Amino acid sequence: MLIRTKVNGEWREADVWAGSSLLYLLREEMQLPGSKNACEQGECGSCSVWLDGELVCSCLVLAAQAQEREVRTVEGLADHDELHPVQEAFLEAGAVQCGFCTPGLIVAVTDLLEHDPSPAEPVVREALSGNLCRCTGYAKILDAVSLAAARMREGKA
Amino acid sequence: MDVLLPRTLEEALEMKAAKPEALPIAGGTDVMVELNFDLHRPEALIDICRLPELREWKRENGMIFLGAGVTYGRIMRELSELTPLTQASRTVGSPQIRNRGTVGGNLGTGSPAGDALPVLAAYDAEIELASANRARSVRWNEFHVGVKKTALEPDELILGARWRAVRGPGSFSKIGTRNAMVISVAGLCLVMDDDARAVRVALGSVGPTVLRASEAETFVAEELTRSGNWDDPGADLPVDAMGAFAERVAAAARPIDDVRGTAAYRRHACAVLARRALGWALAARREGVGRP
Ligand SMILES: Cc1cc2nc3c(=O)[nH]c(=O)nc-3n(C[C@H](O)[C@H](O)[C@H](O)COP(=O)(O)OP(=O)(O)OC[C@H]3O[C@@H](n4cnc5c(N)ncnc54)[C@H](O)[C@@H]3O)c2cc1C
Ligand code: FES
Ligand code: FES
Repeated sequence: MLIRTKVNGEWREADVWAGSSLLYLLREEMQLPGSKNACEQGECGSCSVWLDGELVCSCLVLAAQAQEREVRTVEGLADHDELHPVQEAFLEAGAVQCGFCTPGLIVAVTDLLEHDPSPAEPVVREALSGNLCRCTGYAKILDAVSLAAARMREGKA
Repeated sequence: MDVLLPRTLEEALEMKAAKPEALPIAGGTDVMVELNFDLHRPEALIDICRLPELREWKRENGMIFLGAGVTYGRIMRELSELTPLTQASRTVGSPQIRNRGTVGGNLGTGSPAGDALPVLAAYDAEIELASANRARSVRWNEFHVGVKKTALEPDELILGARWRAVRGPGSFSKIGTRNAMVISVAGLCLVMDDDARAVRVALGSVGPTVLRASEAETFVAEELTRSGNWDDPGADLPVDAMGAFAERVAAAARPIDDVRGTAAYRRHACAVLARRALGWALAARREGVGRP
């Protein structure tokens, strides 16, 4: 089935099996392996992307459901060589260990900060409840969120 | 496998009539798991997540209509005055799941652990169904006829749920092993209807389908009448009434032992949830608020 979808600002087409997920379309057909495939059942959030501006698990979206719609992935965050403030903050805060959960968390954190520039910690925890990390114990991730939030607020001021 | 992409409800119903074996996919949060794990390989899928008719909710003539395609995320943002429904939506999965998952999908899957279902049962909702050539509605308890079994005909789609708006407090609560991303071990929705002077209590995850605790409902409504609480929310119930109510709610459960909990634990959980829910509702009435 031929799918046409706008990914990170660019219209693209790919032919996939009709039962494929959006995650498969992105990783295997569109050379965008940033979104990770870990559980394929919505539990881990490592495949998080935006579909028409909404945070979703791309493993639970049928590729055909992205037909003629807009997808934004972790690859769309950095401006060429310049990392997004959330990406910078993850590096600086030491919020990355094996890195498998990182792209999904970066997307989820960016989504949160785009909606709420200064979230309280319970709000952060709730917003990230769909993203699992097996390495960091989350403390450094929460640090990264505060750091990114502060930087993004400064950037806007 | 084929994927059908209708643009309107009418088109979707025609496609469903022509290809009844096509499996509807809305948010995909149940369907995709089955596809990804190859548990089920339907002959065709019909994507209904974009049908505008299913994505609306409205209030009309004292009734509330909730389209099958309204997501939990939208309920939280747009329908927050419906406290039990919003509370149930908030407990579903994670933000990513709530941005996609729909009440129609919860109905379609028909798991007794579906968190929206006790709320629809406590609202006494009618489920509206349609095929290309007829529309019908069935009461919530006629829609789920067994574990994951529904009264939906192969050529039908779920349009949504409709219920009479109630005045009075209510809540949804569930017990699980943690605070997020958890399938309920027991869930309870209590709705107090000040106009009808009735209390409705529905239980999830403790039977093959969602259940209503009718005896407990009648008991507590009578206690509220006897104590004068319907007219004077400051009036206290007899000391043993809360416990007696909780016991009756627990007795209505038909739980089983499974990996998430034992039948005995679930029955106990129902009693705890019932006592809390009634306490919140009475407190809300005392404070003169329509919600806890
Ligand atoms: C990680 C994760 C966590 C979850 N947590 C919870 C939770 O806490 N509580 C909970 O209740 N559920 C939970 N679920 C299950 C799921 O999200 C819900 O059941 C949700 O309501 C399904 O909605 P959907 O739109 O995604 O359904 P879909 O997957 O699109 O469809 C589900 C079923 O309903 C049918 N269907 C959907 N819409 C219609 C319609 N309009 N007409 C006819 N048939 C229809 C489909 O054919 C399919 O059989 C979770 C799922 C995941 C993956
Ligand atoms: S791979 Fe999609 S949520 Fe885990
Ligand atoms: S850094 Fe390894 S899973 Fe999060």
